[in-house]
Amino acid sequence: MTEPLLSIRNLKVHFYTYAGIVKALDGVDLDVYREETSGLVGETGCGKSVTSLSILRLVPNPGKIVEGKILFQGENLLEKSEEEMREIRGRKIAMIFQDPMTYLNPVLTIGDQVAEAITLHQDLSEEVIRMRIDELQKKHEQIYSSPNAEKIRAKIEKLYLTKKASPKLSWWDVKKASMKRALQVLNLVRMPYPERILNLYPHELSGGMRQRALIAMSISCNPSLLIADEATTFLDVTIQAQILHLLNELRQETKTSMLIVTHDLGIVAEMCDRVLTMYAGVIIECAKTRSLFKNPAHPYTRGLLGAIPKLHQKVEKLEMIPGTVPDLIHPPAGCKFHPRCLLAKDICKVERPGMIEVESNHFVACHLYGA
Amino acid sequence: MRKIIRRIKWLEKARLGAFVKILENRMAILGIIILLAFAFSAVFADFISPYDPLHIDLEKMLEKPSTKHILGTDELGRDILSRIIYGTRISLMIGVISVIIGLLFGVPLGAVAGYCGGKIDNIFMGITDVLLSFPSLLLAIAIVAVLGTSLVNAMIAIGISQIPVFARLVRGSVLSLKGREFVEAAKGVGATNFRIIFSHILPNCLAPIIVQSTLLIASGIIAGAGLGFLGLGAQPPTPEWGAMLSRGRIYIRVAPHICFFPGLTIMLAVLGFNLLGDVLRDVLDPRLRMLKARI
Repeated sequence: MTEPLLSIRNLKVHFYTYAGIVKALDGVDLDVYREETSGLVGETGCGKSVTSLSILRLVPNPGKIVEGKILFQGENLLEKSEEEMREIRGRKIAMIFQDPMTYLNPVLTIGDQVAEAITLHQDLSEEVIRMRIDELQKKHEQIYSSPNAEKIRAKIEKLYLTKKASPKLSWWDVKKASMKRALQVLNLVRMPYPERILNLYPHELSGGMRQRALIAMSISCNPSLLIADEATTFLDVTIQAQILHLLNELRQETKTSMLIVTHDLGIVAEMCDRVLTMYAGVIIECAKTRSLFKNPAHPYTRGLLGAIPKLHQKVEKLEMIPGTVPDLIHPPAGCKFHPRCLLAKDICKVERPGMIEVESNHFVACHLYGA
Repeated sequence: MRKIIRRIKWLEKARLGAFVKILENRMAILGIIILLAFAFSAVFADFISPYDPLHIDLEKMLEKPSTKHILGTDELGRDILSRIIYGTRISLMIGVISVIIGLLFGVPLGAVAGYCGGKIDNIFMGITDVLLSFPSLLLAIAIVAVLGTSLVNAMIAIGISQIPVFARLVRGSVLSLKGREFVEAAKGVGATNFRIIFSHILPNCLAPIIVQSTLLIASGIIAGAGLGFLGLGAQPPTPEWGAMLSRGRIYIRVAPHICFFPGLTIMLAVLGFNLLGDVLRDVLDPRLRMLKARI
């Protein structure tokens, strides 16, 4: 197997609250491979969002990353300084957030916000020089025969030479260049009338357009890893279909690796090459999508798939997983799922199961399978 | 009338809806007219003032308002109207510059304190509390006592007394905006803390800052007049409204017009700014919510 792009090993994140220490992530192992889309599925409260935030080290305040390694392109992200993380965020790893209304700044135009990532991470000197050359060439065409044409030709020559060295860029130049790039990115996300959108504010756009703008912000610097944290949860179904279609096209065009965090197995089936199921802060199953849907090994995964309403079968009642998500301040000993599992054995209450390979490339953390 | 309506429609089209709201309010129009009159007289003082404000004519002391001197003359024979017109420059300068000082130092102070929290917040707010615990005029007097009496020092003193007001205001807004999701999104793109505070959070706090600035210009003018009254601001013979009030006190039985007109002007100036500030407060705050909720 080729080396994974992102490799999380034994990640533990604790939230220190007045009620106690919430063990949000209790030893997460996760791999994302290059040019592949992985899906992270689980109920609300199982720790999916915390995982994606800890990759970028944006875990909010009472939370701390206590233990573990996050290896990205060979380097451990947990050992990097804040400066180095800021270079990585947006440039190498980017995140698409959930709610397009609240994750956009209401007093800045879309153009400003999309261009922000570009201005922060990209060297725009070439773009600026190209713009200046274009302007001068236009002027040159207009006054072709007059004596000033010589002067302008000389200026253009000089600019071609300065392409090699990096010139001093004025604020205005940088703004224009980043707007041009922002326009290109908006075209990439198939935004209608992108030139007009650049000057509009978030409250003047519809939900689907806002989500496109958020996606544009994330992909603007061509990241190697794109994390979509419940990116379509707040959208209605038709828009959701459009956005998923867009994400599919983007991943084929740009060959970015994606980590899709969601609770919707339908999205997973459509978008992901491999799936990881998460429960109460641990990964309990990891397989290629086809394997998981065909042979769900873990009882929880089976329960999740059983609870989906099926159009082709007549069912009186939807199957339910009994019980509720465990209290993470006092998590159950042994396997975290054992209080709700109908197939629990005695060993499940005591010992936490490790990952066992059930089929080729299909791993489960369950005592039902094992030597 | 039709012209005004056409203008309002144009403003709406140009997406300057806020201005429409302002113009629809009659009090605002009164305030704006008053302020425009003062601004005009400050700029064109040389052209509209009938006499030289510093010209002493001892034969015409304490004259009542007449056709020659519309507001009368003071104890040295100087025309009061001219002195009031030139005094507009000084008082407006005091008001505006003191607010600028307050903004320049108070806003970053409050923003950094609110965003960073912890020790920095405690230190900055401690300084602010110390400054706020003094009545602002006393603080200004104390500072002028240290720096010396002059117009510039008066402006600095009043400005310093306004810094904590802005700092508190901005800190409150920043605290509430710190946890908003777009801040998280900005961090996710790799923005530095400085950029987040000044390019993302502060533009969202502009509404209360604008309103407070307008109201503080008014109180800056009063403070300036107060300092002038005590002889601590602009020095004679500079025509400053408060100083004119002070000089006229002695003659109030004989020539009350020396006190009355400068006092009236102070009142009008403060009224203009207060009216504008009230309307701005109505326009800016609920409007923002309405704009956001439109879709």
